Amino acid sequence: MTTTATPLDVVGVRADFPILGRTVREGKRLVYLDSGATSQRPKQVLDAERAFLETANAAVHRGAHQLAEEATDAYEGARQKIADFVGVKYGEIVFTKNATEGINLVAYAMGNAATAGPEAERFRIGPGDEIVVTEMEHHANLVPWQQLAARTGATLRWFGVTDEGRLDLSDLDELVTERTKVVAFTHQSNVLGTVNPVRVLADAARAVGALTVLDACQSVPHGPVDFTALGVDFAVFSGHKMLGPSGIGVLYGRRELLEALPPFLTGGSMIEMVHMARSTFAPPPARFEAGVPMTSQAVALGAAVDYLNAIGVDRIAAHEHQLTEAALRGLAAIPGVRIVGPTDVVDRGGAVSFVVDGIHAHDVGQVLDSLGVAVRVGHHCAWPLHRRMDAAATVRASFYLYNTLDEVTALVDAVREAQKFFGVA
Amino acid sequence: MQLQQMYQEIILDHYKNPHGRGLRDPYDAESHQINPTCGDEVTLRVSLDGDTVRDVSYDGQGCSISQASTSVLTDLVVGKPLGEAFEKMDAFVELMQGRGQVEPDEDVLEDGIAFAGVAKYPARVKCALLGWMAFKDAVARSEGAKA
Repeated sequence: MTTTATPLDVVGVRADFPILGRTVREGKRLVYLDSGATSQRPKQVLDAERAFLETANAAVHRGAHQLAEEATDAYEGARQKIADFVGVKYGEIVFTKNATEGINLVAYAMGNAATAGPEAERFRIGPGDEIVVTEMEHHANLVPWQQLAARTGATLRWFGVTDEGRLDLSDLDELVTERTKVVAFTHQSNVLGTVNPVRVLADAARAVGALTVLDACQSVPHGPVDFTALGVDFAVFSGHKMLGPSGIGVLYGRRELLEALPPFLTGGSMIEMVHMARSTFAPPPARFEAGVPMTSQAVALGAAVDYLNAIGVDRIAAHEHQLTEAALRGLAAIPGVRIVGPTDVVDRGGAVSFVVDGIHAHDVGQVLDSLGVAVRVGHHCAWPLHRRMDAAATVRASFYLYNTLDEVTALVDAVREAQKFFGVA
Repeated sequence: MQLQQMYQEIILDHYKNPHGRGLRDPYDAESHQINPTCGDEVTLRVSLDGDTVRDVSYDGQGCSISQASTSVLTDLVVGKPLGEAFEKMDAFVELMQGRGQVEPDEDVLEDGIAFAGVAKYPARVKCALLGWMAFKDAVARSEGAKA
């Protein structure tokens, strides 16, 4: 991170996001602190999607007309932008419906390896093999692996989480062994904000010949991420958390792996040759994009990447760092508030979860909402992690480039207001 | 302020001083219900005396709305014939699903009318119905056990 860079112009950024100008709940200024769930979209992204639909909309990779050609260029151009954004090659990016589908794609393709050709040998998994995850995973990076284990007879194992919300790597050597086929883990916890040591896990996995699958949903939108440098085999992230549309996610796979991986969804577009009784499949990424894909969404996600690049991901990371630090300080100063996750900003992103003694998270969220402060409450699709952290439910504020220090203050004030309302101050 | 419409004093009273809380023996059937979106849960037991609800006991953890509505439930159904208990349940469900358009009958729902404001917040309706779903399920189980 360069210290000489000018800080992010948050006033200018906010002007690009029409939704931030609205009021909620009887005229309250909207304080949107739920970007960890979904981010808002700037005019540039909305305009790009509309412009594509008004000028070049067609089904891609088919059709002999000019629109089809332009639509295909726009779709594949977006793929290139996204590949550049995360430090990988064009052919290593697969578009999926969302990040969840990307993880399922890898898990199901591995299950399909049992009946695929010899090139898929390294993906085969069965009794005696192990899948390693962590206790801080979003359900999207846990349930598909539970299911793969159940279908194949493999064993699911996991890293624990320390009391302060860091990954417990003390049993790394016992967990990642020659039996391990996959190590699937999150880059940044969507609850704790913890940033995991990707290289340590990737190196350990590579040393035993295991594949790595990185959930990068909470990291790619918020700072510089280079999958090649991180040394992971697969990674997923979602469009709607990085200023893009919903309905599109991205799977990264190392080229040689994608070339050997059997398909997951099959049908049109993903074939090489089709006979009545059997078919052969297209090379990646087409092999993993069956059917007419989401096109305007891909184009808009490309525009989101342009927008993030124009602002600068280093600058965004520095801005969020400042907000996170202020939020941790402000919340920690309130008696009865417990931060669930690291209380310092070392290796930590801008998701801040907390509990308030004597008030259930839902009730805290309701008071915050009445003051215009939009947060998420519940277990945030990380139920085992909440159990581990002794919290039935938490309140989560999550920040992005358009949030301000004033909004952090609004959050802290609103939490105090909730304590007053429920008589626990 | 809208907040007071939702969190009526009656609701906060039931939340702070819940009626009938705690799991008790003997009982005929038990139901465990969860709200998968937030992780709230309730375990509820019914004890029947013929067709009369002799006791409802429960334990769980959740927000003020789910806890208070289960407390109100015990007031409404304990000592009542099952038919009447279900009428009250139907009235409460109708109120909660009415998006604030249903006028509650205090003779039927007593303290339950305080939840009218909650019905305007679709995300909280599940909270208010958690205990009631457990009651319905527990009665069905007890009838299943008898059959």
